[in-house]
Amino acid sequence: MIKGKKLNIIKGALFITIIWYFIHLLISSNIIPDPFTVFLNFFEILIPVLLPHLAMSLYRILTAVVLALIIGVSLGLLIGRNERVDQYISPIIYLLYPIPKIAFLPIIMLLLGLGNRSKIVLIIIIVVFQIIVTTRDSVKNVDPEYFYSAQSIGISSLQTYQHIIIPAILPQILTALRITVGTSIAVLFYAENFATQYGIGYYIMNSWIMVNYVDMFSGILAVSFLGLLIFKSIDIIEIRFCLWINVKNTKGVNNQ
Amino acid sequence: MIKVENLFFSYQCKDVVKNINFTIREGESLAIIGPSGCGKTTLVYLLANLLTPNQGQIKINNSIIDNIRKKTGVILQNYGLFPWKTVYDNVSLGLEVRHFNKKKIKEKVLEVLNRLNIEEYKDNYPAELSGGQRQRVAVARSLILKPDLLLMDEPFSALDAITREEMQNLILHIHKDNNLSFIIVTHNIDEAVFLGQNIAIMKEGTFIDQLDNPYFGDFKLREKEEFFKLCKNLRTMMSGDDLL
Ligand SMILES: Nc1ncnc2c1ncn2[C@@H]1O[C@H](COP(=O)(O)OP(=O)(O)OP(=O)(O)O)[C@@H](O)[C@H]1O
Ligand SMILES: [Mg+2]
Repeated sequence: MIKGKKLNIIKGALFITIIWYFIHLLISSNIIPDPFTVFLNFFEILIPVLLPHLAMSLYRILTAVVLALIIGVSLGLLIGRNERVDQYISPIIYLLYPIPKIAFLPIIMLLLGLGNRSKIVLIIIIVVFQIIVTTRDSVKNVDPEYFYSAQSIGISSLQTYQHIIIPAILPQILTALRITVGTSIAVLFYAENFATQYGIGYYIMNSWIMVNYVDMFSGILAVSFLGLLIFKSIDIIEIRFCLWINVKNTKGVNNQ
Repeated sequence: MIKVENLFFSYQCKDVVKNINFTIREGESLAIIGPSGCGKTTLVYLLANLLTPNQGQIKINNSIIDNIRKKTGVILQNYGLFPWKTVYDNVSLGLEVRHFNKKKIKEKVLEVLNRLNIEEYKDNYPAELSGGQRQRVAVARSLILKPDLLLMDEPFSALDAITREEMQNLILHIHKDNNLSFIIVTHNIDEAVFLGQNIAIMKEGTFIDQLDNPYFGDFKLREKEEFFKLCKNLRTMMSGDDLL
């Protein structure tokens, strides 16, 4: 199964490369450089140039996502488990969720400085809502019979979180995490255009300004690999901790 | 001894359990039979104290039950197994949260899995098991806590006839070996007669009739004349209901 997935990624990459090549031929302008020049350049500058930028971006994304998860899951659990709290907090969330928070970057930078902190906070306030809402809804959807079942064998309410709620909602949290990572990369790309010399977003925009399209595309390639790396890590977490989901999928057996 | 007096319960404003009264002596069994929606599951939840009655009381061994009782085992209608835990972890959970040490847990879990003939599935998830195997896991999960009272909510209704009889025999064995009192809720007349020392007919939230079953406890009962008579009797008493 794992082997097949690896092959799929290669197939996907091949497909994109072919399309890219055709567009390159079609446009025949250096705006879209040919993929092979980009690949060569990519491997050449990967370690000396791209890696520091990638490392900085990865650091920002991971910090933001981990913090957003901690905040979002705790809040989501609190709201999902308490009808009263839900009544007061959910309307606030609905009001804040659609606001284009990216517009607040200047304000955040004024308040938190120009450094990493403001970029990380921007990502957090954008993605945390997805995590809160997903957590809240998945908690509410846990079959009440599981709670009765747990109570009947003497599980305390604190232990319920460990044995019932967290495992039950983990698959949905991981899905939210995947969406969140995609959003984070996009937001970061924007945020890294301000007041920084490091970050893959900065690198791409800078190459663009310097009219170096081969470098720019190498940077885009790097973002793609960064995303792949993070998504694959989430897959590994899922395989490790949500084995039961895979059992269900591969056997096609409906549970209970 | 279990003594239930004057039990009432309603969801919002809908009365679901109305004026239930019964007594079972230690080591006896009660089968509750009734049509779908008559409040059987709700009654089981009340007896297990997963729900709190609006009125009335449940006494077990002379103390009023107002908390989840450690020695009451429950098998819920859909077995209540956790799909994210393996058979082993499902069965061990009750001991784990009681802080038994790991070695002791392993010993006890393997013993009960072995007794129920499902040891080879210990590392499987519930989704990988057949209905009968899942049912055994649910029984194992209750038995490991050494209950003196077992509540079962239509435990065998999803099983084929042969597996169902096997499971009924198993329950009877466990009952005899451990002097276990049990209450079984069912749709099925044969099951009520085979497993009920007392049989209660439930309709619209209340017991409309109760009868004694003098033949209870005989493994060969299904082949005997008395069994058919009693089934017929029960069917007549319930007539008017669209039961099997
Ligand atoms: N959580 C609930 N909220 C409101 N009403 C409920 C709830 N659970 C059950 N009821 C109602 O209570 C009545 C009794 O339900 P219960 O599940 O106890 O029936 P049952 O005898 O176990 O049925 P079945 O044989 O189909 O399992 C039904 O009319 C049902 O609609
Ligand atoms: Mg029911």
